[in-house]
Amino acid sequence: MTEHANDKAGTSAPVTAGGAPAARATILGRIRTALADVPASEQPDDVEVPRDYARSHAGSDHVALFAERVADYRATVTRARAREARKVIAGSLSARGVKSLVVPDGFPADLLPDENGLAVLTDEPPLSVRTLDAAGGVLTTCAVGIAVTGTIVLDAGPGQGRRALTLLPDYHLCIVRSSQIAEDVPEALERLEPTRPLTFISGPSATSDIELDRVEGVHGPRTLDVVIIEEP
Amino acid sequence: MPDNVTWLGTPAFPEAARTALGNNQLRTNLRKATGTIRDKRLAVTGELADWEQLRDAGAALKLRTLRHLDSHLVRLEEAVTKAGGTVHWAADAAEANRIVTELVRATGQTEVVKVKSMATAEIGLNEALAESGISAYETDLAELIVQLGDDRPSHILVPAIHRNRAEIREIFRGAMGEWGRAAPDDLTDEPRDLAEAARLHLREKFLRAKVAVSGANFAAADTGTVGVVESEGNGRMCLTLPETLITVMGIEKVLPSFADLEVFLQLLPRSSTGERMNPYTSMWTGTTEGDGPSDFHLVLLDNGRTATLGDEVGRQALGCIRCSACLNVCPVYERTGGHAYGSVYPGPIGAVLTPQLVGVADKQAASLPFASTLCGACYDACPVKINIPEVLVHLRARAVDEKRGPVPSPETLVMKAAAMTLSSPRRLGWAQRFGAIGGRLVSRGGRIGRLPGPLKRWSDTRDTPVPARESFRAWWQRTRGEGRS
Ligand code: SF4
Repeated sequence: MTEHANDKAGTSAPVTAGGAPAARATILGRIRTALADVPASEQPDDVEVPRDYARSHAGSDHVALFAERVADYRATVTRARAREARKVIAGSLSARGVKSLVVPDGFPADLLPDENGLAVLTDEPPLSVRTLDAAGGVLTTCAVGIAVTGTIVLDAGPGQGRRALTLLPDYHLCIVRSSQIAEDVPEALERLEPTRPLTFISGPSATSDIELDRVEGVHGPRTLDVVIIEEP
Repeated sequence: MPDNVTWLGTPAFPEAARTALGNNQLRTNLRKATGTIRDKRLAVTGELADWEQLRDAGAALKLRTLRHLDSHLVRLEEAVTKAGGTVHWAADAAEANRIVTELVRATGQTEVVKVKSMATAEIGLNEALAESGISAYETDLAELIVQLGDDRPSHILVPAIHRNRAEIREIFRGAMGEWGRAAPDDLTDEPRDLAEAARLHLREKFLRAKVAVSGANFAAADTGTVGVVESEGNGRMCLTLPETLITVMGIEKVLPSFADLEVFLQLLPRSSTGERMNPYTSMWTGTTEGDGPSDFHLVLLDNGRTATLGDEVGRQALGCIRCSACLNVCPVYERTGGHAYGSVYPGPIGAVLTPQLVGVADKQAASLPFASTLCGACYDACPVKINIPEVLVHLRARAVDEKRGPVPSPETLVMKAAAMTLSSPRRLGWAQRFGAIGGRLVSRGGRIGRLPGPLKRWSDTRDTPVPARESFRAWWQRTRGEGRS
């Protein structure tokens, strides 16, 4: 991503639909007065940012690190070869006793378990919030994984669906391909498209609001299982 | 006009602190909580060998933001508008409240769900909405505890840090029924049960909510991407399920570029909850067809921030990413708790931010920069290297100036000299040792009476206790320093 040089602010800005235009002018005017000590010729990029921090804190085996760090959040992680993946997924679902499963559009058909005793809900037409709330779980792919922080990022792409699908069901089973795992935060952000709706998930929902004791499971899915599909 | 940042009727810090210090339950709760989080933070920041380099980058990015705030805001406005959002500007709290109230009214709704947000607490939004007949439901567990307990937040990250589990159980049993689904009769004080009660209580509100109000942790000027960092998933609920989303954000929260998040997404969770990453971070850019709110409003709030920006020393306080690390390491905060500060922003950052946002003419706010021992623990902990002791001393001088009027008083000169001394730990250490000796030389009966020369008028009006043989800072380092905690 490049940062382009700007005109001095305000000269070419559009007038927005919302808010009193007076407040906009007032605030921008106050800012310029407040910054009287900043030379007019200075551009934002002239303020130097030292970038000597590491691009990655992952060691040699970042896939193993990802598995370890996700598990640290008390999520269950399974590593599987591509041809075993479908069996592993079916195993997780039955171990969790999931009876009705939300499967977003674009989820790879070859990974879908046989529908034996499992009701599959598709989001076409869109499921109501009540239906989602009552569903036993949701099965998705992801956009990116982050090894160092044990994070999964969803971007509402194929196999992930709109954000509500992974929020209301109490159980989330997420499939991560090893090639999707970035070593650390900087690499992950480079791989993402910022304008898509992004959800970074690090373990199941939790709170530390009661005596700073971590308790899993408040509003998001209380159980998170992750299956890593190893790619050659 | 009340400023909302500070709570009307709160006594100045020394008096409020005395009351708080008498509350043993409060001190026990606080000591336990801040001790836990301090250890967690040190463990995860210690994992990154380049933590200092990340802090330097974070500080520099905030400087880049603040020195060109106007240009970043205009770029942000452009990007958000292009992505289908609407940007509003609010010069003060009243204007922000008016904008939000009108936006909610336009939807025809009388209820909104809220994600924890310092900015909306600062402007007193819930109260303003209530006046217009709109109920605002806090959905963050700690905020819910505060709201149901008819209480005030005492910490910027864990607003109910002053409450223990038994107190929380009583609040839930007493008040949940009035606001919606009641707590079960057999509710225990196990954190897991309390969290479950909150889940059930709030779920029905989420499922029917049509309007949400949030704050924002950042907004990238180049892409128009806005982000909320959270743990529980209540943020995701509010940001995803309703049709209308109104986000109130302080103007200083803008970042030059989306890529800059590579620094802040490492600094914030580790400094804040002491985790490698918080459970959930949501980012959105305008609106997305078929996913989430179809109507997005971003309210850019000044409310004293531009005044803060105008102070070349004080402006660094605007770089704060609200991680709360400085509260958790502060010896004063640990003993008095957040309420004594009488402000939405307690602790060391509150002591520098509050008087700047509301002005040092406010007596209560002006007392806050004195609520510190200048031990420097906050500066060491701050992920964006805000030199809080430097700003504290600078504001003490300003508070004294304000009291004395335009003629520089000896008190002011002393404070200015103190600013010079205190801005360097080495000089401070030297001056404290010297002060301990020098103070003893001029003292009589354990008090310092009249001093000669320019200090005469100052010492005329007060007796100063003789400096302790060991400075507070030296004592603190010896007995309670971070390495020991
Ligand atoms: S001042 Fe620094 S340490 Fe304190 S809350 Fe802000 S960012 Fe965190």
